[in-house]
Amino acid sequence: MSSEAGGDLSGNDALLVDRLRSGDADAFAEIVRTWSPMMLQAARSYVSTDASAQEVVQEAWLAMIRGLDKFEGRSSLRTWLLAILANIGRSRGVREARTLPMSSLGSAEGDRPAVDPNRFRGSDDKWPRNWTPLGKPRPWPRPPEEEVMAAESRTQLEHGLAELPERQRTVVALRDVHGLSSEEVSALLGISAGNQRVLLHRGRSRLRGLLELHFVAGDPVMGT
Amino acid sequence: MNEERRTPGMTVHCQEIVELVTDYLEGVLDANMAAEVAAHLELCDGCDIYVEQIRATIRALGKVPVSTLSEAAQAELTRAFRDLRGPAGP
Repeated sequence: MSSEAGGDLSGNDALLVDRLRSGDADAFAEIVRTWSPMMLQAARSYVSTDASAQEVVQEAWLAMIRGLDKFEGRSSLRTWLLAILANIGRSRGVREARTLPMSSLGSAEGDRPAVDPNRFRGSDDKWPRNWTPLGKPRPWPRPPEEEVMAAESRTQLEHGLAELPERQRTVVALRDVHGLSSEEVSALLGISAGNQRVLLHRGRSRLRGLLELHFVAGDPVMGT
Repeated sequence: MNEERRTPGMTVHCQEIVELVTDYLEGVLDANMAAEVAAHLELCDGCDIYVEQIRATIRALGKVPVSTLSEAAQAELTRAFRDLRGPAGP
Protein backbone atom coordinates (compact mmCIF):
# COMPACT_ATOMS: atom_id res chain seq x y z
CA MET A 1 0.00 0.00 0.00
CA SER A 2 1.48 3.34 -0.99
CA SER A 3 1.07 6.44 1.10
CA GLU A 4 -0.87 8.07 -1.76
CA ALA A 5 -3.49 5.36 -1.50
CA GLY A 6 -4.09 6.29 2.11
CA GLY A 7 -4.77 9.93 1.31
CA ASP A 8 -4.22 12.39 4.12
CA LEU A 9 -3.11 10.06 6.87
CA SER A 10 -2.90 12.76 9.48
CA GLY A 11 -6.69 12.96 9.46
CA ASN A 12 -7.29 9.30 10.31
CA ASP A 13 -5.55 8.35 13.51
CA ALA A 14 -6.78 4.79 13.93
CA LEU A 15 -5.73 3.79 10.42
CA LEU A 16 -2.46 5.62 10.78
CA VAL A 17 -1.58 4.02 14.09
CA ASP A 18 -2.42 0.57 12.69
CA ARG A 19 -0.17 1.16 9.72
CA LEU A 20 2.68 2.43 11.88
CA ARG A 21 2.40 -0.47 14.27
CA SER A 22 2.47 -2.91 11.40
CA GLY A 23 5.74 -1.34 10.28
CA ASP A 24 4.49 0.63 7.26
CA ALA A 25 7.51 2.82 6.46
CA ASP A 26 5.60 4.80 3.80
CA ALA A 27 3.08 5.90 6.40
CA PHE A 28 5.93 6.89 8.70
CA ALA A 29 7.75 8.82 5.97
CA GLU A 30 4.53 10.66 5.24
CA ILE A 31 3.93 11.87 8.78
CA VAL A 32 7.60 12.84 9.07
CA ARG A 33 7.09 15.01 6.00
CA THR A 34 3.80 16.44 7.25
CA TRP A 35 4.60 17.05 10.91
CA SER A 36 8.31 17.86 11.01
CA PRO A 37 7.82 21.55 10.05
CA MET A 38 5.52 22.28 13.01
CA MET A 39 7.75 20.24 15.31
CA LEU A 40 10.75 22.26 14.21
CA GLN A 41 8.89 25.48 14.90
CA ALA A 42 7.87 24.23 18.33
CA ALA A 43 11.39 22.99 19.08
CA ARG A 44 12.77 26.45 18.40
CA SER A 45 10.95 27.70 21.49
CA TYR A 46 13.01 25.39 23.72
CA VAL A 47 16.50 25.62 22.28
CA SER A 48 18.65 28.40 20.99
CA THR A 49 19.88 27.22 17.60
CA ASP A 50 18.36 25.69 14.49
CA ALA A 51 20.81 22.81 14.71
CA SER A 52 19.63 22.03 18.24
CA ALA A 53 16.02 22.27 17.15
CA GLN A 54 16.66 19.78 14.34
CA GLU A 55 18.16 17.38 16.85
CA VAL A 56 15.20 17.77 19.19
CA VAL A 57 12.82 16.92 16.34
CA GLN A 58 14.85 13.87 15.31
CA GLU A 59 15.02 12.68 18.91
CA ALA A 60 11.27 13.13 19.24
CA TRP A 61 10.66 10.99 16.15
CA LEU A 62 12.94 8.26 17.47
CA ALA A 63 11.18 8.36 20.84
CA MET A 64 7.87 8.15 19.03
CA ILE A 65 9.00 5.08 17.06
CA ARG A 66 10.09 3.36 20.26
CA GLY A 67 7.00 4.39 22.21
CA LEU A 68 4.40 3.59 19.57
CA ASP A 69 3.09 0.61 21.52
CA LYS A 70 2.47 2.83 24.52
CA PHE A 71 0.18 5.18 22.61
CA GLU A 72 -3.30 4.68 24.02
CA GLY A 73 -5.29 6.96 21.79
CA ARG A 74 -6.45 9.22 24.59
CA SER A 75 -5.27 12.17 22.56
CA SER A 76 -4.63 12.40 18.84
CA LEU A 77 -1.35 10.93 17.64
CA ARG A 78 -0.20 14.43 16.72
CA THR A 79 -0.90 15.82 20.19
CA TRP A 80 0.90 12.83 21.73
CA LEU A 81 3.89 13.42 19.46
CA LEU A 82 3.94 17.09 20.47
CA ALA A 83 3.99 16.08 24.14
CA ILE A 84 7.03 13.87 23.44
CA LEU A 85 8.65 16.79 21.64
CA ALA A 86 7.92 19.15 24.53
CA ASN A 87 9.58 16.79 27.03
CA ILE A 88 12.69 16.41 24.93
CA GLY A 89 12.78 20.10 24.11
CA ARG A 90 12.42 21.15 27.74
CA SER A 91 15.18 18.92 29.03
CA ARG A 92 17.43 20.01 26.18
CA GLY A 93 16.57 23.63 26.89
CA VAL A 94 17.48 23.20 30.54
CA ARG A 95 20.84 21.73 29.55
CA GLU A 96 21.44 24.67 27.25
CA ALA A 97 20.44 26.91 30.15
CA ARG A 98 17.98 28.61 27.87
CA THR A 99 15.27 30.16 29.96
CA LEU A 100 12.33 31.52 28.11
CA PRO A 101 9.70 32.68 30.55
CA MET A 102 6.75 31.62 28.44
CA SER A 103 4.42 31.52 31.41
CA SER A 104 4.58 35.19 32.30
CA LEU A 105 3.27 37.94 30.09
CA GLY A 106 5.59 40.88 30.27
CA SER A 107 4.15 44.20 29.27
CA ALA A 108 7.46 45.28 27.79
CA GLU A 109 6.83 42.97 24.92
CA GLY A 110 4.56 44.47 22.34
CA ASP A 111 1.84 45.51 24.71
CA ARG A 112 0.43 47.94 22.19
CA PRO A 113 -3.11 48.50 21.06
CA ALA A 114 -4.20 46.50 18.02
CA VAL A 115 -4.78 49.74 16.12
CA ASP A 116 -3.29 53.23 16.47
CA PRO A 117 -5.58 55.10 18.91
CA ASN A 118 -5.46 58.17 16.64
CA ARG A 119 -7.66 56.34 14.18
CA PHE A 120 -10.58 56.46 16.62
CA ARG A 121 -12.74 59.38 17.76
CA GLY A 122 -12.39 60.69 21.29
CA SER A 123 -14.43 59.50 24.25
CA ASP A 124 -16.60 62.64 24.24
CA ASP A 125 -17.33 62.45 20.52
CA LYS A 126 -20.91 61.89 19.37
CA TRP A 127 -19.65 58.49 18.21
CA PRO A 128 -17.19 57.77 20.98
CA ARG A 129 -14.22 55.60 20.11
CA ASN A 130 -15.58 54.76 16.69
CA TRP A 131 -13.41 55.00 13.58
CA THR A 132 -12.66 58.46 12.29
CA PRO A 133 -13.47 58.90 8.58
CA LEU A 134 -9.78 58.78 7.72
CA GLY A 135 -8.86 56.13 10.25
CA LYS A 136 -11.46 53.67 9.06
CA PRO A 137 -9.95 50.58 7.43
CA ARG A 138 -10.48 50.43 3.72
CA PRO A 139 -10.65 47.22 1.77
CA TRP A 140 -7.40 45.88 0.46
CA PRO A 141 -7.15 45.89 -3.34
CA ARG A 142 -7.16 42.09 -3.37
CA PRO A 143 -7.17 39.39 -0.74
CA PRO A 144 -3.55 38.88 0.37
CA GLU A 145 -3.72 35.14 -0.15
CA GLU A 146 -4.88 35.50 -3.75
CA GLU A 147 -2.33 34.30 -6.24
CA VAL A 148 -1.14 37.62 -7.63
CA MET A 149 -0.69 38.98 -4.12
CA ALA A 150 0.48 35.80 -2.51
CA ALA A 151 4.22 36.09 -3.13
CA GLU A 152 4.22 39.68 -1.92
CA SER A 153 2.13 38.90 1.17
CA ARG A 154 4.32 35.95 1.98
CA THR A 155 7.43 38.12 1.90
CA GLN A 156 5.75 40.76 4.07
CA LEU A 157 4.52 38.16 6.53
CA GLU A 158 7.86 36.36 6.72
CA HIS A 159 9.55 39.63 7.62
CA GLY A 160 6.73 40.54 9.95
CA LEU A 161 6.93 37.22 11.77
CA ALA A 162 10.69 37.54 12.14
CA GLU A 163 10.23 40.93 13.76
CA LEU A 164 7.53 39.91 16.23
CA PRO A 165 8.59 39.41 19.84
CA GLU A 166 9.62 35.79 20.19
CA ARG A 167 6.60 34.47 22.07
CA GLN A 168 4.15 36.18 19.72
CA ARG A 169 6.02 34.76 16.76
CA THR A 170 5.96 31.25 18.23
CA VAL A 171 2.24 31.34 18.96
CA VAL A 172 1.22 32.90 15.64
CA ALA A 173 3.46 30.53 13.69
CA LEU A 174 2.19 27.43 15.47
CA ARG A 175 -1.45 28.46 15.22
CA ASP A 176 -1.71 30.16 11.85
CA VAL A 177 1.25 28.92 9.82
CA HIS A 178 1.24 25.34 11.10
CA GLY A 179 -2.42 25.00 12.06
CA LEU A 180 -2.06 23.72 15.63
CA SER A 181 -5.01 24.05 17.99
CA SER A 182 -5.01 26.52 20.89
CA GLU A 183 -4.90 23.55 23.29
CA GLU A 184 -1.85 22.09 21.58
CA VAL A 185 -0.03 25.42 21.60
CA SER A 186 -0.87 26.16 25.24
CA ALA A 187 0.38 22.72 26.25
CA LEU A 188 3.54 22.94 24.17
CA LEU A 189 4.51 26.27 25.63
CA GLY A 190 3.23 25.67 29.12
CA ILE A 191 1.01 28.75 29.09
CA SER A 192 -2.63 29.31 29.92
CA ALA A 193 -5.26 29.44 27.20
CA GLY A 194 -5.74 33.13 28.04
CA ASN A 195 -2.07 34.01 27.65
CA GLN A 196 -1.95 32.04 24.44
CA ARG A 197 -4.81 34.18 23.11
CA VAL A 198 -3.18 37.43 24.20
CA LEU A 199 0.02 36.53 22.34
CA LEU A 200 -1.98 35.42 19.30
CA HIS A 201 -3.97 38.63 19.38
CA ARG A 202 -0.94 40.90 19.58
CA GLY A 203 0.85 39.02 16.85
CA ARG A 204 -2.08 38.84 14.44
CA SER A 205 -2.97 42.50 15.02
CA ARG A 206 0.56 43.59 14.20
CA LEU A 207 0.73 41.47 11.08
CA ARG A 208 -2.61 42.80 9.83
CA GLY A 209 -1.24 46.29 10.38
CA LEU A 210 1.84 45.38 8.40
CA LEU A 211 -0.17 44.11 5.43
CA GLU A 212 -2.36 47.20 5.62
CA LEU A 213 0.70 49.41 5.52
CA HIS A 214 1.91 47.49 2.51
CA PHE A 215 -1.38 47.35 0.60
CA VAL A 216 -2.43 50.90 1.37
CA ALA A 217 1.10 52.25 1.00
CA GLY A 218 1.40 55.93 0.37
CA ASP A 219 -1.81 56.76 2.21
CA PRO A 220 -0.71 59.27 4.85
CA VAL A 221 -3.34 58.32 7.42
CA MET A 222 -2.24 54.73 7.44
CA GLY A 223 0.95 55.35 9.38
CA THR A 224 1.50 53.29 12.49
CA MET B 1 -28.34 61.04 23.43
CA ASN B 2 -27.62 57.47 24.31
CA GLU B 3 -30.16 55.99 21.96
CA GLU B 4 -27.46 54.61 19.66
CA ARG B 5 -25.61 53.06 22.56
CA ARG B 6 -28.60 50.85 23.36
CA THR B 7 -28.99 49.60 19.80
CA PRO B 8 -27.63 46.06 19.55
CA GLY B 9 -24.14 46.31 18.16
CA MET B 10 -23.62 49.84 19.38
CA THR B 11 -22.94 49.10 23.04
CA VAL B 12 -19.40 48.20 22.09
CA HIS B 13 -17.06 50.70 20.43
CA CYS B 14 -14.94 50.12 17.35
CA GLN B 15 -11.83 50.61 19.45
CA GLU B 16 -13.00 47.73 21.66
CA ILE B 17 -13.94 45.54 18.69
CA VAL B 18 -10.36 45.54 17.41
CA GLU B 19 -9.23 44.19 20.79
CA LEU B 20 -12.04 41.61 20.98
CA VAL B 21 -11.55 40.23 17.51
CA THR B 22 -9.28 37.34 18.53
CA ASP B 23 -11.56 36.21 21.35
CA TYR B 24 -14.47 36.54 18.91
CA LEU B 25 -12.80 34.42 16.23
CA GLU B 26 -11.62 31.91 18.85
CA GLY B 27 -15.21 31.53 20.03
CA VAL B 28 -14.44 32.29 23.66
CA LEU B 29 -16.68 35.34 24.14
CA ASP B 30 -19.81 34.72 26.16
CA ALA B 31 -22.96 34.45 24.07
CA ASN B 32 -24.18 37.99 24.78
CA MET B 33 -20.89 39.60 23.89
CA ALA B 34 -20.49 37.44 20.79
CA ALA B 35 -23.97 38.52 19.63
CA GLU B 36 -23.05 42.13 20.36
CA VAL B 37 -19.88 41.89 18.27
CA ALA B 38 -21.75 40.16 15.43
CA ALA B 39 -24.43 42.89 15.50
CA HIS B 40 -21.74 45.58 15.46
CA LEU B 41 -20.09 44.01 12.41
CA GLU B 42 -23.45 44.07 10.61
CA LEU B 43 -23.72 47.79 11.21
CA CYS B 44 -20.13 48.97 10.97
CA ASP B 45 -18.36 48.85 7.66
CA GLY B 46 -14.96 49.74 9.15
CA CYS B 47 -15.01 46.95 11.70
CA ASP B 48 -16.39 44.49 9.19
CA ILE B 49 -13.47 45.25 6.89
CA TYR B 50 -11.10 45.05 9.84
CA VAL B 51 -12.26 41.59 10.91
CA GLU B 52 -12.15 40.35 7.33
CA GLN B 53 -8.57 41.62 7.10
CA ILE B 54 -7.65 39.68 10.22
CA ARG B 55 -9.19 36.58 8.62
CA ALA B 56 -7.31 37.28 5.39
CA THR B 57 -4.07 37.69 7.37
CA ILE B 58 -4.65 34.29 8.98
CA ARG B 59 -5.32 32.68 5.59
CA ALA B 60 -2.21 34.28 4.13
CA LEU B 61 -0.14 33.08 7.10
CA GLY B 62 -1.20 29.56 6.16
CA LYS B 63 0.80 29.99 2.95
CA VAL B 64 4.04 31.22 4.45
CA PRO B 65 6.83 28.79 3.56
CA VAL B 66 8.09 26.63 6.41
CA SER B 67 11.38 24.92 7.04
CA THR B 68 11.72 21.27 7.83
CA LEU B 69 14.26 18.52 8.40
CA SER B 70 16.71 17.90 5.57
CA GLU B 71 15.87 15.13 3.10
CA ALA B 72 18.81 13.21 4.51
CA ALA B 73 17.55 13.49 8.07
CA GLN B 74 14.07 12.39 6.98
CA ALA B 75 15.49 9.40 5.11
CA GLU B 76 17.57 8.49 8.13
CA LEU B 77 14.48 8.53 10.34
CA THR B 78 12.61 6.31 7.91
CA ARG B 79 15.57 3.87 7.96
CA ALA B 80 15.45 3.91 11.75
CA PHE B 81 11.73 3.18 11.59
CA ARG B 82 12.37 0.19 9.30
CA ASP B 83 15.10 -1.08 11.61
CA LEU B 84 13.02 -0.74 14.75
CA ARG B 85 9.50 -1.50 13.54
CA GLY B 86 9.75 -2.97 10.09
CA PRO B 87 7.92 -6.24 9.36
CA ALA B 88 10.09 -9.11 10.57
CA GLY B 89 11.58 -11.23 7.82
CA PRO B 90 10.13 -11.97 4.36
